[in-house]
Amino acid sequence: MPDATVVQLSGVDKIFGRGDVPVTTALDSINLAIGRGEFVSLIGPSGCGKSTLLRIIGDLTDPTGGSAVINGKPAAQARRDRDYGIVFQAPVLMDWRTVEDNVKLPLEVMGWDAARRSARAAEMLELMELGEFLNHHPYQLSGGMQQRVAIARALAFEPALLLMDEPFGALDEMTRERMNSEVLRIWEQTGITVVFVTHSIPEAVFLSSRVVVMSARPGRITKIIDIDLPRPRSELTRESPRYFELVTEVREELRRGGALVDDAGTGSAARTMAEGAVG
Amino acid sequence: MSAAPIPVRSAGGFGATFTRLAYYLPAVAVAAGTLVLWEVVVGALSIKAFIFPQPSAIFAALQEHWASPQFPLFASAQATLFEAAGGLVLGTGAGVAVAFVTSRWATTRGLLLPIAVAANAVPIIAFAPLFNNWFGVLAPLSKMMMAAVLVFFPVMANVTRGLTQVDPAALELMRSYAAGEGTILRKVRIPNALPYFFTALKLATTLSLIGAIVGEYFGGASVVLGRVIVQSASALRFDVTWAAILLAATTGIAFYLLTAALERVVIPWHASLRATED
Repeated sequence: MPDATVVQLSGVDKIFGRGDVPVTTALDSINLAIGRGEFVSLIGPSGCGKSTLLRIIGDLTDPTGGSAVINGKPAAQARRDRDYGIVFQAPVLMDWRTVEDNVKLPLEVMGWDAARRSARAAEMLELMELGEFLNHHPYQLSGGMQQRVAIARALAFEPALLLMDEPFGALDEMTRERMNSEVLRIWEQTGITVVFVTHSIPEAVFLSSRVVVMSARPGRITKIIDIDLPRPRSELTRESPRYFELVTEVREELRRGGALVDDAGTGSAARTMAEGAVG
Repeated sequence: MSAAPIPVRSAGGFGATFTRLAYYLPAVAVAAGTLVLWEVVVGALSIKAFIFPQPSAIFAALQEHWASPQFPLFASAQATLFEAAGGLVLGTGAGVAVAFVTSRWATTRGLLLPIAVAANAVPIIAFAPLFNNWFGVLAPLSKMMMAAVLVFFPVMANVTRGLTQVDPAALELMRSYAAGEGTILRKVRIPNALPYFFTALKLATTLSLIGAIVGEYFGGASVVLGRVIVQSASALRFDVTWAAILLAATTGIAFYLLTAALERVVIPWHASLRATED
């Protein structure tokens, strides 16, 4: 068990406060274990703390209580050991760097020599089908292509864990579906463990081995749904009856948790109420 | 953001040169038209030359006094340019240095920024006589310091902003790589500050000339544009005054264009980025 567990969250709380006064309980005693090679999605209305949970795994914010253990180490140590790569909703590319140099950024920080950096960047961009755009600058690429560069950058140093925080939330539906297939292809090729935060029910079901459904205020795990769709998944998966059953199951679970779900899978009412309190 | 990649724009070639010329053509035409109109109207209304000389008279004065012993225009322009450039270097250097210190330590920022804002509100020109007293009325250094003080504030304020107003997500990304402060400075903060720096520098070139010339008004060596302007005006040789102003303006524009060219060389991605946002 300890060897196969990549992420172990035990009793994680997060309370946002003003000074000593607690204002919002973003996360309330979260327990979750994610095994090697899993693809786990965190889904829930805005304000359920799913992004905060991801940031606790990445040691980008501290939990108020409980512990996050990554690869058997405290999250802070895992971050210092560069155990994970992260992709945000925005691509966060450096305007002044070419596509190739953006992918090289983590490798430079980590002290790789120039020859290895170039070889790896070329390899990653080939993997993301961006080989022709090596010398382009981010402003010359579409939103979807920019996000592919961000994924190439996150995978460049071969982390064991990939954290994705609504990576396709800003993309149109067509591009999003294409990116979903692309992420699955990468996941299958590399065997990497993925924790994926999303608003979208179809996206979560299509991608995941397990979907963690969360409710808001306080942020809790209401149910963990196993996605037993066969792999490899393809466009046909999206048309299978089992896929629709699972989408319905996740949707009903979200509704039970208090999220008012519209067709896009967004809890819009919960969103307006919780906006600003929790990221 | 468009769906397809925008092709990289070619920098040279006949087509590009022609496009650029066509871009500047209207401005050149308006300038030429204004000169002709000025010449004709002043001539037609028989306005006295000492009130408003015709462009032809100004160009004649420029030619006559290019190297005359009384009003040596070229040597004066050289001396003033030297003062302005010295002030630009001193002021920019100090501004950048202080910006690095204030952006690195929040305490110094809280300490220095209010003082800087207050000091910037003081009409610095009023210090010119004091600067002449402190740094030597005949020494170019007193004019350089005047220019440097004017240059200092916009450079410091802009570079501080560039170093601190970084995308928070970029900082988180660097944190996820366990990058140290020095690495973040080199890989994120400094590149982020470069466009701010060049914006300030373009402003600073103009300010440095203003500082130098105003410093000269309050006394000093005589072969400088400020003194030529003051002395030719008091001798009612306004055609020479205008010629000196023309030289000062040309120097200022050349200074600005040089900085803009430097910007294109150092941060080409920024100019292109701006172009796509138009």
